[in-house]
Amino acid sequence: MLLLMAPWLVGFSVFFGYPLVMSAYLSLNHYDLLSPPRWVGLANYRYLFSVDPQTWTAVKNTLWLIVVLVPLQVLSAFGLAIMLARARQGVGIFRTIFYLPALAPPVAATLGFVFILNPATGPVNTILGHLGISGPLWFQDPHWSKPSLVLLGIWGVGNTMIIFLAAVLDVPRTLYESAQLDGAGPLQRLRYVTLPSISPVILFAVVLGVIQGLQYFTQAYVAAGVAAGQASQAADVTAVSLGYPLDSTLFYPVLLYQHGFTDFQMGYASAMAMFLLVVSFAVTLVIVLNSRRWVHEGAR
Amino acid sequence: MKRVALVAALLALVLAGAAAGAPRHRSAPTKLTVWVGWSARELAAFKKLAAEYQKANPDVSLSVVGSINDDKIVAAIRAGTAPDVVSSFNSYNVGIYCGTGGWIDLSSLMKQSGISTSMFPPTTNYYTQYGGKKCALPLLADTYGLYYNKTLFKKAGIAGPPKTIAELTADAKKLTVRNSDGSLKQVGIDPFIGFYENVPERWILPWGGTYTDSSGKAHLATDPAWTKWLTWQKQMIDWYGYKNLVKFQAGLGDEFSASNAFEVGKVAMNLDGEWRVAFIKAEHPTLDYGTAPMPAANPSLYGSGYINGTIIGIPKNGKHTQQAWDFVKWVTTNTHALAEFSNAIKNVPSTTASTHSKELVPDTHFATFLKIFANPKSGTSPIEASGASYTNLVQNFATKWQAGQVKDLHGGLVTLDKQLDAQVSQAKGGGVP
Repeated sequence: MLLLMAPWLVGFSVFFGYPLVMSAYLSLNHYDLLSPPRWVGLANYRYLFSVDPQTWTAVKNTLWLIVVLVPLQVLSAFGLAIMLARARQGVGIFRTIFYLPALAPPVAATLGFVFILNPATGPVNTILGHLGISGPLWFQDPHWSKPSLVLLGIWGVGNTMIIFLAAVLDVPRTLYESAQLDGAGPLQRLRYVTLPSISPVILFAVVLGVIQGLQYFTQAYVAAGVAAGQASQAADVTAVSLGYPLDSTLFYPVLLYQHGFTDFQMGYASAMAMFLLVVSFAVTLVIVLNSRRWVHEGAR
Repeated sequence: MKRVALVAALLALVLAGAAAGAPRHRSAPTKLTVWVGWSARELAAFKKLAAEYQKANPDVSLSVVGSINDDKIVAAIRAGTAPDVVSSFNSYNVGIYCGTGGWIDLSSLMKQSGISTSMFPPTTNYYTQYGGKKCALPLLADTYGLYYNKTLFKKAGIAGPPKTIAELTADAKKLTVRNSDGSLKQVGIDPFIGFYENVPERWILPWGGTYTDSSGKAHLATDPAWTKWLTWQKQMIDWYGYKNLVKFQAGLGDEFSASNAFEVGKVAMNLDGEWRVAFIKAEHPTLDYGTAPMPAANPSLYGSGYINGTIIGIPKNGKHTQQAWDFVKWVTTNTHALAEFSNAIKNVPSTTASTHSKELVPDTHFATFLKIFANPKSGTSPIEASGASYTNLVQNFATKWQAGQVKDLHGGLVTLDKQLDAQVSQAKGGGVP
């Protein structure tokens, strides 16, 4: 039995168990990567919660992203799935068009968005200018940088849309027919048939979205670097552009990266990672426990 | 007694002759790996220099690897796979390398070779040590000054470069051109922190600001230079209009391209490093421009400027420390090597002797930076245990200030001082002070 489980056990231990235990241990140490770890107890946690001037900015930005992006992603993925499920012609073409952005690598997609939304030379503001509208500064404005990332997130919602589409198409036709016989209109059928039937998929999308929101990094890192105009500069300025503009894209994982890999404070970064782990676990637990109220039992 | 001595001398001669006549076993040259941050044209120039060293020292074989950054250096030292010699563009991180012992202390090797720190200007000595350890040496330096567009100056009726802050302010306004909708078409000088080379440590020097008091505590709130500079900077930003300036910058070309805003005449004056001379020569040779020290708040500071530069050292646990040191010593102290490399990549040679080398190709634009480098009041960034994150925190504050997010400047600076001290304490492993 143990022999059969060995490949999994090795993989789990090497890639999950060991890093997790080491991370917990290092979070209680001063560790700069070059000299041996030195025990500091809870000092890293105290610095994280009471001194680091960027912690709460990063926490607030991350919460903003989760609260805004996750519902919008779920709604747009569900909306697109409903429309595609009802389409009579060109279904294949539309499915491909809406799914295609999900295939774009995150770095390339972000670079494209920063280019398109460049306030001075980008096509979006140029078109808005022709219409007499002074476009926003998008990634250059702390009020618009997160909404710009949300647009990017919605644009790439293809994967979730496919899962929703499969779930919507999987709802038994008989349920719709009997609801219709009972006099239910389109909205009532959506409310009482479709939504309960696909509620496990909604739960899945929400949990996944929240976890991805807590780990949001690549798009923020690339967008900040390019918008700050630091893309081609020497490595020593990278930390300066993180969170550009004005820390508005400084999400928790970005700050964690900054402390770990540009400031070489790996002990402190480990403390941040442990806190993120606890929060991720707690949030997921709350969502799953809460879901008992709204996830349809029969659909599970 | 005399006879014994004579026999011994003859015996010694015979043995020496036998040794000389014996077939010599030539061992393979020691392979040294050298990591540098340069790439493309600059990397080729360094490789040429390494080849020259190798020719003169056939007992070593140099393998030069370019495009290296601090992440790679730290990872290699941790993994025990560090090269024999490393160099970094980031002198801020000397505090980390010296403090952790990641780069070895060169003091004893320097003493053994008769290399004195007096060969180097005080600023370069400062950014190559930390905590009493000399773990790096400077390998060419970057010096910052003012670039100004002579054509635009003539057009605006300005005779020469500004020397005082009042002149800088007046000239910048004269040189600024707006579109009919109020947006910016051409900017006199862009003091926006985060634009190209604009960071607080480069701007504060001509204002005479310092970071710490005699006890090592941050004192930005009590050093009046910081308040004066930040107030002037915000007034300039507000004069342009924050949003106007951000939009203007978003439409500018990349700093390290032929579309650089100064090179194409979009900004009339710019704070930049000496390397721009080589870029302009390569990309816009017909540009009529001049170079000068940055205008200063105090006349006694005029002529000084910000200096930092490439540092080179030997990582811990190296296998060929002596051979690595021989190369480091040659490349950082040999006047010919420094002059040749300086000519190739147009960085400032980093020993006092090499700045006067006759091998340096004369260039009036570049000569300005040699003078700034030699100025005793020139300075650099603070070297702290927290490395680059120290100045990043100051920059973070300055970007919030320029955006109008800091209502109480003094209060903000007091908080910033506390945060800086806490950060250093944290980096030293002391936790929260």
